[in-house]
Amino acid sequence: MLVRLNVNGEWREAEAWPGASLLSMLRDDLGLWGSKNGCEQGECGSCSVWFDRELVCACLVLAAQADGRHVETVESLAAAGSLHPVQRAFLDAGAVQCGFCTPGLEVAVADLLQRDPDPTEETIREALSGNLCRCTGYQKILDAVHLAADRMEQGTP
Amino acid sequence: MEFFQPSSLREALELRADHPEAVPIAGGTDLMVELNFGRRRPGAILDISRLPELQRIGREGDRVVLGPGVPYARIIRELPDQVALVQAARTVGSPQIRNRGTVGGNLGTASPAGDALPALAVYDAEVVLASTSGSRRLSWRDFLVGPKRNALAPDELIVSVEWTAPRGPGSFSKVGTRNAMVIAIAGMGLQLDESSRSLRLAMGSVGPTILRAPEAETFGAGVLDEAGAWSNPGAAVSATALARFGELAAAAARPIDDVRGTAAYRRHACAVLARRALAWALDDRRLRAA
Ligand SMILES: Cc1cc2nc3c(=O)[nH]c(=O)nc-3n(C[C@H](O)[C@H](O)[C@H](O)COP(=O)(O)OP(=O)(O)OC[C@H]3O[C@@H](n4cnc5c(N)ncnc54)[C@H](O)[C@@H]3O)c2cc1C
Ligand code: FES
Ligand code: FES
Repeated sequence: MLVRLNVNGEWREAEAWPGASLLSMLRDDLGLWGSKNGCEQGECGSCSVWFDRELVCACLVLAAQADGRHVETVESLAAAGSLHPVQRAFLDAGAVQCGFCTPGLEVAVADLLQRDPDPTEETIREALSGNLCRCTGYQKILDAVHLAADRMEQGTP
Repeated sequence: MEFFQPSSLREALELRADHPEAVPIAGGTDLMVELNFGRRRPGAILDISRLPELQRIGREGDRVVLGPGVPYARIIRELPDQVALVQAARTVGSPQIRNRGTVGGNLGTASPAGDALPALAVYDAEVVLASTSGSRRLSWRDFLVGPKRNALAPDELIVSVEWTAPRGPGSFSKVGTRNAMVIAIAGMGLQLDESSRSLRLAMGSVGPTILRAPEAETFGAGVLDEAGAWSNPGAAVSATALARFGELAAAAARPIDDVRGTAAYRRHACAVLARRALAWALDDRRLRAA
């Protein structure tokens, strides 16, 4: 079936199997490899995207359900050719090791900071509870969130 | 595989009648896992996530009306006074899951570990089912007929979940290996009802389906009676009575050993959760009265 959706501001379409996930459509049909396939069961968050502005696991949305809808992927973060403050903070804080969890985490962090520019430690942990990282032990990720929040508040990149 | 995407409930029910093999999908947080892993290959999928009729949420007089398609994140924001359900919703998965997962899906899956279900049980909620030939209303108890089994007919959809708004404190708590993203080893809903001076206790993950604990309920209400606590929230309730309440809850559990925990551990968890839930409710009433 033909699925037509707005991805990162652009209307795209692809032929999708009716049982296919939005994640597989993004990766296999639209060439957007930023969203990762870590588990296909909603556990790891590496496929996190915005679906009509809500943070979701792309592996748990049927591609067909996204017909006519708006999706923003991790690729939208650095849209202007320069890194998003969250991405910069991840690099500067050393929150990236193998990098597999990073796209999903960055989307989740950007989502959090849109809603709460100055989150408490507890709020951050809760907001990131759906994103697994097997490398960093999370401390540097928490540091990156604080760094991004501070910089975004001060308007520095 | 066919795919249907109706835009009204009427159209959805007609499709359901014509294609009983079509599996409804709401938030997809249960169904997609099965599709992704090839555990299920339905002949057709019926997307019910666009039906405005399933998105109702709010009060109608003293009744709470919850559309089955409302995601947990909205329940948390929009039904703040339904504390047991909100607390249950807050424990479901992660933010990503709560933005998509629905109570309709929790009822559809009918897992004994469905976290919304003990809350619905302590509300004595009714599940409204509809087909092209009409609608029927079942108590949660008659709807949840067994482990992963419910009373939904192949041509029906869940169209509403309704209950009388309780007056009194309520809670939901669960035991698991992590604070988030965890399937309950035991889950506990408690609701006090000041109007009828009664209380209701429901347990998840400790039986083939959600279990109420009638003996604990009668005992608990009696303890408050004897202490004069229904009219005087400041009245003391003994630790022994709270412990007995927990024991009676544990006695009503019918747990099994599985990968998540042993039957003995689950029983113990029920005693602790029930005792704490009642203690919290009593504290809550004291604070409110003060
Ligand atoms: C990572 C992860 C974590 C999770 N954590 C929890 C948790 O902590 N607690 C918990 O309880 N659950 C949890 N779940 C399970 C799931 O999120 C819940 O059961 C949720 O309520 C399902 O809702 P849904 O709308 O996504 O269901 P869907 O997957 O869309 O549907 C589930 C079933 O219900 C049927 N259905 C849905 N709506 C209707 C309707 N209106 N009428 C008739 N049938 C209907 C569908 O046909 C399907 O069989 C988790 C799932 C994942 C992937
Ligand atoms: S791939 Fe979607 S949550 Fe892991
Ligand atoms: S950096 Fe490797 S999984 Fe997070």
